[in-house]
Amino acid sequence: MFELYVVMVFMIIGAVVAVRLRGLLSSVIAVGAVGLGLCVMFLLLRAPDLAITQLVVEILCLVILIRATIGRGISRLQPKANRWILAAFVIFAAGFLYAAYLAIRQVPDFGGALMSTSQFYIANTLSKVKAANIVSAIILDFRGYDTLGEATVLFTSVIAVLAVMRRKGRKKIDERDEPNS
Amino acid sequence: MRGMSLIVKRITKYTVGLIMLFGIYIVLHGHLSPGGGFAGGVIIALSFIHLILAFGRKDAEKMIPGKFLALGESFGGLLFLGLALIGLASGVFFLNFFHSKGTPFNLLSAGIIPLCNIAIGLKVGAGLFAVFMVLALFRIDEKEEK
Amino acid sequence: MLIYLMNLALFLIGLYAVIAERNLIKKVIGFGIIEYAVNLFFILVGYKIGGEAPIFQEGALIQIFVDPLPQALVLTSIVIGLGTTALMVGLCIRVYQRFGTFDINEIRSLKG
Repeated sequence: MFELYVVMVFMIIGAVVAVRLRGLLSSVIAVGAVGLGLCVMFLLLRAPDLAITQLVVEILCLVILIRATIGRGISRLQPKANRWILAAFVIFAAGFLYAAYLAIRQVPDFGGALMSTSQFYIANTLSKVKAANIVSAIILDFRGYDTLGEATVLFTSVIAVLAVMRRKGRKKIDERDEPNS
Repeated sequence: MRGMSLIVKRITKYTVGLIMLFGIYIVLHGHLSPGGGFAGGVIIALSFIHLILAFGRKDAEKMIPGKFLALGESFGGLLFLGLALIGLASGVFFLNFFHSKGTPFNLLSAGIIPLCNIAIGLKVGAGLFAVFMVLALFRIDEKEEK
Repeated sequence: MLIYLMNLALFLIGLYAVIAERNLIKKVIGFGIIEYAVNLFFILVGYKIGGEAPIFQEGALIQIFVDPLPQALVLTSIVIGLGTTALMVGLCIRVYQRFGTFDINEIRSLKG
C-alpha cells in the first residue's frame, strides 16, 4: 500500500515538471516518465493487461510526438504564461477539490470494491466461455459490441489523420496558395 | 529520412523478427495470459517502426510489402465485423458459436476469442503504422518540395 | 481517500496545462496527463485489498479477484487515447505549416 503513494508522488512531480519546463523536448520526456509511473501503478493494482497496453501505447505516443514536432527545430524556449490566469486557476482548483472531496465520500473506501456486477462475469467465465483471462472474455464475449465500437473509433481516427495530413498533391492545387479563410 | 549508424542497423536485423514474434505471441495467447489483440497489435506496429527508424525510408520500403497497410487494416476490420455478424444467423449479435469450446488453459479454447484477437491485432497494427508513416515521415517530403 | 485526492491533483495539473499554456504542444501534453488521471481513477475504484489479477490459474480455484469490469473499460480507453493524441498532433503540424509557429497568441493575430 505504501508503494502506491510513492509512485503517485513520482507521477505528480513528473507532471509538474512536464508542465513547467520551458523546453519542448524535456517536457515530452517528462510525460514519458509519468506514463511509466502509470504503468507501474497498474502493475501494483493487479492489472497486467493494462500495464502491457499502457507501456506500448506510451512508447508509440512518445515516438510520434518526438518525431513529428521536435524534428522541426522548434525546441526553443517558450514565453511564460499569464499571471492572472494562474491566480484564477488556483481559485477554481480550490473550489473543485472541495466539491470533489464531498463527492468522493460516496465512493467506497479504497480497497473495498463492491463488485456487484462483476460476480456474474467471474462466475461464468470458466464454465461458459472457457477462457482463463476474465478481461478478454469480457471485452470479446460478454461485451463484444463495445469492442466493435472501439475498433470503429480507431478506424475513424486513422482515416482522420490521413485526411488531415494529405499533401497538396492534386494537380490543380499546386499553383494555388494556401486557402483563404 | 536518414537511417542510423551501422551498429543500429546490424542489431535491428537480428532483433526485429523477434519483436514481431513476441507481438504475435501476445495476440494469440490473449485468452490465457494478459495481453490480447490491442497490446499485440501495437507491438507489431512498433516492430515495423523500428525497421523504418533504423534503416531510413528508402531501404525499409524494400523490406516491407507495399500494399500491406490498407489491405491489412481493411481485412482486419472486415474479419472482426464478419465474426460478429455470423451470430446474427441465430438471432443474436456476437454469438460465441463454437459449441465445444475446448478445455480451458489450452491454446485452442474459448471459441471465437482467438479469431477476434487476430482480427483486432491485424487492424490495430496496420492502422497505427499508417498513422506513424504519415505523421513522422512528412518532414522529408516537405524538404524535398523546397 | 488520500489517493483519490492525489489523483485529482494530477488531473488538475493536466487541466492547467490545457488552459494556461500558450504553446500548442504543451496543450497536447496536458490532454495526455488528463487521460492518465482519468484511467487511473477507474482502476483505483475497482481495487480490492488482497485481490489477485483477474486471470484464472490452473491450480487454485477459489480466489479473490480485483474488479475486472473497470479494467475492460480502461483497456479500450487507453487505445482510443492514442488515436486522439495522434489526431491532435496531426492538426498541430498543419497549423505549424500554415502559420509558422506554435504560439496561439501569434496565431490569433496572424489569422487569414
